[in-house]
Amino acid sequence: MTRARLVTLLPFAWIALFLFTPYCLLFCYSFWSLDAGQQVIRHATLANYLHLATTPLYFTVILRSMRIAFSVVSLSLLIGYPLACFLVFHAGKYRRILYQAVIIPLWISYLVRAYAWKVIFGNEGVLNTLLLWCHAIPHPLGFLLYSPFAVIVTLTHIYVPFVVLPVVASLEKIPHELIESSSDLGATAWQTFTRVILPLSLPGVLSGATFAFLLSFGDFLAPLLLGGPSSVMIANIVANLFGADYNWPLGAAVAVLILVMVLVIVTITQRLERRWRSA
Amino acid sequence: MKAYAAAVYAFLYLPIVVLVVYSFNRDGVGGFPPQHWTLDWYRILFADSAMWSAVSNSAIVAFSTVVLSMLIGFPAAYALDRYSFPGKAALQRLVLLPLIVPGVITGISLLLLTVSSGFHLSLLTVIIGHSTALTAVAATEILAGLAKLDRSLEEASADLGATPIQTLTRVVLPGLRTSLLGTALLVFTLSMDEIAVTFFLIGRENTLPLEIWSRLRRGATPEMNAIATLIFLFSVITIFLSQWLMTREVSTQ
Repeated sequence: MTRARLVTLLPFAWIALFLFTPYCLLFCYSFWSLDAGQQVIRHATLANYLHLATTPLYFTVILRSMRIAFSVVSLSLLIGYPLACFLVFHAGKYRRILYQAVIIPLWISYLVRAYAWKVIFGNEGVLNTLLLWCHAIPHPLGFLLYSPFAVIVTLTHIYVPFVVLPVVASLEKIPHELIESSSDLGATAWQTFTRVILPLSLPGVLSGATFAFLLSFGDFLAPLLLGGPSSVMIANIVANLFGADYNWPLGAAVAVLILVMVLVIVTITQRLERRWRSA
Repeated sequence: MKAYAAAVYAFLYLPIVVLVVYSFNRDGVGGFPPQHWTLDWYRILFADSAMWSAVSNSAIVAFSTVVLSMLIGFPAAYALDRYSFPGKAALQRLVLLPLIVPGVITGISLLLLTVSSGFHLSLLTVIIGHSTALTAVAATEILAGLAKLDRSLEEASADLGATPIQTLTRVVLPGLRTSLLGTALLVFTLSMDEIAVTFFLIGRENTLPLEIWSRLRRGATPEMNAIATLIFLFSVITIFLSQWLMTREVSTQ
């Protein structure tokens, strides 16, 4: 065996050991259970999945996570899509630097940015004290922090660049002649947008939206830091079952459920994307 | 349109500005208008030995992660880009899986492996976790870099009698230099910031984000603003460093 072959073996050994095996182990654990002494019984049972299916709490939390993720994606698109259009069609000579300015926040610590929103939204926070200072409100607004609202704003702030970048990439691919000929043939700016630009940018929208959706759906830090009890998300349940609520097999079952949902969503969007690209 | 773009940039940057401003504010987190400027929070921060040992732990983890994820990510990306072999599509999906799977899941899966094989949690398990999760990022970036390379140079190298290893070290790797440097910087930054995977794999020694995290859970203090400002500064330096490397590369070509 040559040296070159050995070098390529390292990544495959690593991936097999630290990626494939752990996922398999997770799958196994989800069929195991705990005995009265909190010891793991390695005997296959469907009890965890039955528990998930019959306890409304899990359904509620999954639904809430999807709702929060959906709000984040919608807001990110509302904010990000026009910005991408601006960058590609109107930014002129500042385009490069403005594009960089969208990327920079991606490099800045997630924790730092989430914490910044805590500073802004707190009862003694910047926003409340600012509003009190200019007598816009009589009391601090309590609903800002520790609510789904704070979680959604924070996650939107984090995922806007994830939406902007692929949309910019797909807008850049639209040939200029196409847009020019559309207006030459008498289409209004709005018609050109809805009939030419928007359809051709859909693959970028889809890939940005998928990323933002999946990452917000599986987030557990923003709800812990900024959300109250009313914004517990599904990943928090997993983290709790692997922490204070100690029940690893049940936690593994919830994790497998998340994994399956993620894979289903990715498969669907990939199919859609391929269809739109070929159309 | 311009006003709209300005508003979006304000939304993106306002939180960071707030953080920096209030790190110099004597009377704590928030409170408008900020008054009584002070450097006290930085003084407290610089005397905070637990924080600085967390910084050095994070640096150790991030350096090891960069080395490992490049060692794993480059051959994987190269094999996926240049060769066809049975199971290639499945392998590609597996390698890139941590990009879309929540960090929590990668974290607990590796926790299960660690516990099942009788090992203890330590910085080593954190390094393994980061390397596994961030190899997906490294491989994606390197795949993009490989796609941009001019294939005809490699063919010419092979035609002129170079062995595959010679072509790799003298043509492919130099051509990828910028992309590899950019990838290394990105992986370093992401590792310095990683929480979700680390959360489940951490032993007794904290990384910087986990140290900050555990203190935030006890309540926000302006010292957190100070460390956050320094982290922000560090990110900005890294970005400019990578930009500078890129432009230097372009101008030498």
